Amino acid sequence: MELTFASFSEIADAVKSKKVSAKEVVTHFQNRIQSLDSKLNSFTSQNPNAVKDAEAIDARIAKGENVGVLAGVPFGIKEMLCTKGITTTAGSKILSNFVPPYDATVVARLKQAGVVVMGKLNQDEFAMGSSNETSFHGTVKNPWDLERVPGGSSGGSAAAQAARLVAGTIGTDTGGSIRQPASFTGIVGVKPTYGRVSRYGIIAFASSLDQAGPMVSSVQDAALSMEVICGHDPMDSTSSQKPVPQWSKNISTNVKGMKIGIIKEYMKGGLDADVQKTFDQSLATLKQMGAEIVEVSVSMTEFAVPIYYLVATSEASSNLARYDGVRYGYRSDFKNLSAIDLEDFYGKTRGEGFGKEVKRRIMLGTYCLSSGYYDAYYNKAGQVRRLLTNQYLEAFKKCDVILSPVTTSPAFKIGELINDPLTMYLNDIFTTSTNLAGLPGMSVPFGMSQSGLPIGVQLTAGHFEEQKMLNIAAALESASPVKGQKPHVI
Amino acid sequence: MIDKKTIEHIAKLARLHITDEEANEYSAQLEKVLHNFEKIANIDTNNVEPLITPTEIEVYWRPDEAKQEFSAEEMTANAPARAGNLFKVPPVV
Repeated sequence: MELTFASFSEIADAVKSKKVSAKEVVTHFQNRIQSLDSKLNSFTSQNPNAVKDAEAIDARIAKGENVGVLAGVPFGIKEMLCTKGITTTAGSKILSNFVPPYDATVVARLKQAGVVVMGKLNQDEFAMGSSNETSFHGTVKNPWDLERVPGGSSGGSAAAQAARLVAGTIGTDTGGSIRQPASFTGIVGVKPTYGRVSRYGIIAFASSLDQAGPMVSSVQDAALSMEVICGHDPMDSTSSQKPVPQWSKNISTNVKGMKIGIIKEYMKGGLDADVQKTFDQSLATLKQMGAEIVEVSVSMTEFAVPIYYLVATSEASSNLARYDGVRYGYRSDFKNLSAIDLEDFYGKTRGEGFGKEVKRRIMLGTYCLSSGYYDAYYNKAGQVRRLLTNQYLEAFKKCDVILSPVTTSPAFKIGELINDPLTMYLNDIFTTSTNLAGLPGMSVPFGMSQSGLPIGVQLTAGHFEEQKMLNIAAALESASPVKGQKPHVI
Repeated sequence: MIDKKTIEHIAKLARLHITDEEANEYSAQLEKVLHNFEKIANIDTNNVEPLITPTEIEVYWRPDEAKQEFSAEEMTANAPARAGNLFKVPPVV
């Protein structure tokens, strides 16, 4: 078995049957991180106890204990998720010295299933960015072309997974931060239905949009890891009590008779030629496999980006108010410098601790929530958000899954858009509406640009209809013209 | 119009010190982004209830039990400064 490219089941079965020890698996991937990550900058810290954790799994197997469905599978975790005893900075100076005393529920569940946490993965600061250029730890490079971005904000997770520095990764998605980098790096990324995954222990950005999900190498691995991380958590009142299906056992590539929705408002053109070609090919493939294509209208998607940025920045400005330099995180040096008053104390600490993009969004959110503007901005965005969601619910009466591009272009060059926030924000045009409506969405690799950059297609399903989405994704994966292609860095 | 004065006012509300250079930069960028937000202004939303959370929240009550999840030592371990089990702050706070 070639460990680098093994599936989760192959690794877990081999570990459980003692064909390979969890320690050997961990060491193999540690060696890959050691030799390749200097090119990518995808890891921000490594778990110093990874080998010890693997040995503990081996010891439990030796005693005949049940170690879980992901026994010995090495995972990298986005810095947005708290990991007990391992530094968790959310890509920010303001949390640069933060070591959580607890695990996020997602992490605790992965560990319970036998996962070995290898370390933390780089990201845009507080998940604010579409290119992974706003991190306190520096830019992450795309393993397909080191001059290009891996996408954001889960760029570290995407790059580490695409270069197979780990077997699986976890990202978070507020407006496309799992799906866009998955598309840019040729991996599978899933954002489950809002409420499927507990947000307990995930550093809050925009609470009504954030969800964690897997960024992995196959649809099957995505389904299996989702079964582990999804489910009700008493620690998160927004987590759903709906039972978690056995998606991985029920995946079917038979799409005959399934209805694939195409949003007519997306068909206006303006796409990069390679992205358009990939989308057209995926549609033709599904049609050939027996799926029926239906046109649906979700006209409010035209406004998804402004609604998204209104909601996200407003919620962020409120969530980030907790970083005050009193209880944890960075504090300005007041040993030699006294603050004039309390506001001055907070202002200096926050001004020094947050990066430029985060400050820009806090400012925007504060403005939109301020007296006189609340109704015109935040409240209005909430109303249009409901209209958008209603249109999606209507659309899903006519189709099983919606197919669309993930982004307007393949991975762009480092530095290309960083000083043009509006253009950067508009990059999220196909992904943000999914979060606004709380729908599950995913990116599956299906094409390659002329210059050799991966391109994914996006699938969106109705609330809690992940199985339909995974089935179509598995069908596309089986017929993908780019199957087996590897990034240059490998 | 997001002029420098408005930017300074927002920064004060946000408890955020920003430099003059940042104020100028944000002024231009926020103006552009807010202009983009105007797109939704003319959408008819009469009698539409704003959507706050996208999927239904199912009410769940945890048992009303006192639990000690963390020790005082663990809770203050990340403090920028502390005195024993207390958060230490400059006199102004």
